Amino acid sequence: MSKKIGVIVFPGSNCDHDAYHAMKHVMNAETKFLWHKDTDLSDIDLLIVPGGFSYGDYLRSGAIARFSPIMNSVVEYAQKGNPVLGICNGFQILLESSLLPGAMLHNEKLRFVCKNVHIRVESTRSLFTGAMQKGQVINIPVSHGEGNYFIDEDGLASLEENDQIAFRYCDEEGNLTVESNFNGSVSAIAGVTNKPGNVLGMMPHPERAMEKVLGSDDGKLFFDSVFDRLEIA
Amino acid sequence: MYKAIVNVTLRKSILDPKGKATHHALQNLGLTDINNVRIGKLIELDIDASSKDEAQKIADTACSQLLANEVMEDYTIQIEKQ
Repeated sequence: MSKKIGVIVFPGSNCDHDAYHAMKHVMNAETKFLWHKDTDLSDIDLLIVPGGFSYGDYLRSGAIARFSPIMNSVVEYAQKGNPVLGICNGFQILLESSLLPGAMLHNEKLRFVCKNVHIRVESTRSLFTGAMQKGQVINIPVSHGEGNYFIDEDGLASLEENDQIAFRYCDEEGNLTVESNFNGSVSAIAGVTNKPGNVLGMMPHPERAMEKVLGSDDGKLFFDSVFDRLEIA
Repeated sequence: MYKAIVNVTLRKSILDPKGKATHHALQNLGLTDINNVRIGKLIELDIDASSKDEAQKIADTACSQLLANEVMEDYTIQIEKQ
C-alpha cells in the first residue's frame, strides 16, 4: 500500500501548495490536502503543517489555528509517534499547541525577512534529519516577521539536555555570528524537535528549496530522511 | 452581565521590539522624559455570569487557554459589573 502525505490547509495558509508540489511532484509521493475541519488522519503517513498566515495571525501567530477541529487529531497523531513537520506558521501552530516547547516573538529588528539563509544541523536524531550530518550547513529560504524563537533558561537547558535543538542560524561556513541570527532567536535556534524526535518545527522553508533551478535543493534532505525512515516511495 | 478588561503584555524579562521602536519615535518627538515603552493588548470580554467570582474564573480560563501565551506573556484581569 502506498504511503500518503497530508498537507493541512487552514484559512490563511499560503505555503500549502508549495508543500503539495514538493511532495507530489518532486518527491513523487501520494499527497493530499486536509481541510482544517477534517479530523481523520488514519491514512496519513507524514503530516505537514504548512506556512502562511492562518487566521490572519490574529491574537498571536498560530493561536487561533490551534483550536481548529483538525488540531485535536494532530496532537493525537503526534503523540502516537507519527511524523509531523511544522514549517514557519506551521511551527508557530505546533508551539501554540504545546507539541513543541517555546514561543515566537516579533523579529528583533521588526522586519519581515525573506531571503536565503544558512542553518547548521545540530542534531540528526529526529525523523527529518537522518540523512544529514551533524554540523552540515544547509542553504534554505526564510520568510517571516515573527520567527524570534523564545524559551526561558530552564527550557533552553532542557532542550540542550534532550538533544531537541535541530538547527541554528549560521553563516556560510557554519559559524554562529550575531549577523547570522537575523531574527534574534534565543541561542540562534531555527528549529526544534519534540523529545521522541517525530515532530519537527522550523522557521525556514524546506519545501521552497527542492529544485536547484529555484536556488537550492537542500530541502530534499528533510524528506529523504523521513521517507527513508517510513520507506515511502 | 460583567465586563472583563484583560491586559496582555510581554513578560518583563522579554525585549519588546515594538515598544522599543515606539520609544525611539517618542524620543525623536522630544518626549525625552519617557524612559520606557511596553506595548500590549487590551481585550474586553462581555460575560454572562451570576457573580463577579464566576466572571473572573471564566476570564481567567480564557486568558490561560487562549488570550495570553504564558511562555512569553503576562495578563491582568479587571472585572466590572455592567
